[in-house]
Amino acid sequence: MKGISSKWKGVIATGLAVCCLAFSDIHASAFTSQVIQKGAVGDDVIELQARLQNIGYYHGKIDGVYGWGTYWALRNFQQSFGLPIDGLAGFTTKKKLADASNFNAKFVHTQIQKGNEFTYYGGVDIAKQIKPNTNKKNTKTTGKTSTNTKQATKGNQKTNTASNLPAGYSQNDIQLLANAVYGEARGEPYIGQVAVAAVILNRIDSPSFPNTISGVIFEPGAFTAVADGQIWLSPNERAKEAVIDAINGWDPSGNAEYYFNPATATSKWIWTRPQIKQIGKHIFCH
Amino acid sequence: MIRNVVIGVLVAAVAGTGFWGYQEHKEKNAILINAENTYQRAFHDLSYQVDILQDKIGNTLAMNSRTSLSPALTDVWRITSEAQNDVGQLPLTLLPFNKTEEFLSDIGDFSYRTAVRDLEKEPLNDQEYARLESLYGQAGEIQKELRKVQYLVIKNNLRWMDVEMALASGKENADNTIIDGFETVEKTVSGYSEAQTGDPTHTSTKQENKNFQNLKGEVISKQEAIQKAKKYAKMTEPIEVKVVENGKGAKYGFYSISLVETKTNNEVDMDLTKIGGYPVWYINNRDIQNSKLDLNQASNKAVQFLKENDFESLDLFESAQYDHVGLFNFVTLQDGIRIYPDSVKIKIALDDGSVLGFSADDFFQSHKKRDIPQATLSAEEAKTKINQNVQIMEERKALIVNDLDQEVLCYEFLGTINQDTYRIFINANSGREEKVEKLKNSEPVYENIL
Repeated sequence: MKGISSKWKGVIATGLAVCCLAFSDIHASAFTSQVIQKGAVGDDVIELQARLQNIGYYHGKIDGVYGWGTYWALRNFQQSFGLPIDGLAGFTTKKKLADASNFNAKFVHTQIQKGNEFTYYGGVDIAKQIKPNTNKKNTKTTGKTSTNTKQATKGNQKTNTASNLPAGYSQNDIQLLANAVYGEARGEPYIGQVAVAAVILNRIDSPSFPNTISGVIFEPGAFTAVADGQIWLSPNERAKEAVIDAINGWDPSGNAEYYFNPATATSKWIWTRPQIKQIGKHIFCH
Repeated sequence: MIRNVVIGVLVAAVAGTGFWGYQEHKEKNAILINAENTYQRAFHDLSYQVDILQDKIGNTLAMNSRTSLSPALTDVWRITSEAQNDVGQLPLTLLPFNKTEEFLSDIGDFSYRTAVRDLEKEPLNDQEYARLESLYGQAGEIQKELRKVQYLVIKNNLRWMDVEMALASGKENADNTIIDGFETVEKTVSGYSEAQTGDPTHTSTKQENKNFQNLKGEVISKQEAIQKAKKYAKMTEPIEVKVVENGKGAKYGFYSISLVETKTNNEVDMDLTKIGGYPVWYINNRDIQNSKLDLNQASNKAVQFLKENDFESLDLFESAQYDHVGLFNFVTLQDGIRIYPDSVKIKIALDDGSVLGFSADDFFQSHKKRDIPQATLSAEEAKTKINQNVQIMEERKALIVNDLDQEVLCYEFLGTINQDTYRIFINANSGREEKVEKLKNSEPVYENIL
């Protein structure tokens, strides 16, 4: 298998210079030059999914997020076409795929922008593959926001490694965490915000605290922002970034489970905890 | 006449204000009561759970048949978790109530470990039986103390809102039956905890492992730390440097270094261990406006960075793109086996391919040269342990930390059922299904669906 593939590469490479101009005209809407790797997002992924669906390899939603479904579809495609099975859409794979399938960029992007549920199988009238989204009213803005938020949230789901996270995090979890971080530490430097998010996550892992995000955050008296209602301010993007960093394993607090502001802390007990470090106005401790 | 009208209006105004005030008062009371009820519910629930817990542990002691022991221990585990939840809902964070919570966690861990084991092949040994007996005794003590507090609460009509007020106003020393009661409970438990640590089956909490004991090298000075930090940051002088040593309570020695490039005002923060000067984490939080690199190019940059900094034999196992940032997760590869506990995460900016962040916390905690035992099962044999409905797509060997906090050699299988992908770990020696996780599909953005 490998021998054939490297030969293919060689053929393509030598032919590249000659064919390049001709191809670029025929496949006006074809992929950019990027090697599409699992975890990628964007228009190339939309095209990849649509093309794989067009020839019956991909059965999931065309959402522009290269997840597991896309990964297996691409590997199956690579296997059937005698390509190296690596789940990477490089030059050869993209070309093979583009030759084997159709891609109506206008149709696909329009459906995504309108928020319609649709498929893109070959051999079926595309107009029959749309299920219009009747609930959505402000269709104009959805295209933009959907890709933005998807990128942010996609990453979170993918942080679920075999070793370090107790369970996955949903968008709602991240929102709740961002609310808490913003309410508690919006005046703090960025790493201070990451550290506060990390403390919440450390508490979930700790035997001395509840085992859920809401349990930790709403534990009475645990966070002043919860007690005085500041948790319900809308968080900014920075707070969300801080939360995502913390979930991905960044912990500037040094595995702290408590923190306090020495200027406003009322409890004498908190001063007895072993202190790790100070970030901004907060002292972090075990 | 006018006077009468004025009087009438005033009377109406006074009555109206009075009525409004009464309404406000009623509403405030309703909310207070509501909050009070939540606390009461959690508290009574807790003492109920501890009651049941004690009974159930008692039952397991009397059980002979293995088949009934497993479900009973599972039940103990479930109740422990309920009790922990209840503790979490009480306004006790300002009280030193950790020991009780840790005790609950201990029971939970012990019952879970024994319940998931095949007790037919590996029955409870004498030591474990003795441990179960001592846990039973302790649960009894806690139950007794909690019942006492509960009795007083009911008899004197004590309110949790008052406890919260007392704690909030900093008058912990004031006479408060509930606070005193809980402090007694706490004392009772801490009397036991000393004796427990000598027990070899005692499960250490995760924190105790986090001492970076596998680090090698000399202790570095502040100046050396600054030099190292500058090497990672790749900034141009002049740079404003701040270095702080770790606080006294830290579990290991480190320098916190902050570098600000004067020209651009970019800031880089990092912690370096005192031993060897290893980077525990690193964050550069500059704004990234556009993407020039794709994820694949960025992953090559990440690999290059690891090579430059002597992180050997790491294998990329997950990548993800967030806006203009690529996130990569690497794990150690030893003799072709993925060592999942050794993970290093790197963030690469997609505009210029520079390193935005780095986190090697897990890596430094667990990385060492391991003697990995030979697998006694073949991959084919391991496959037979998997649910028939799973279509297996990928397989490899991997070392993971299982639910019981042990490192075990496994066969890792990636497989699908319909549209879902699963990661399944089968113990390469015992054939046990150590871990099964459903890997997430991309989640729809609700904003667009609703």
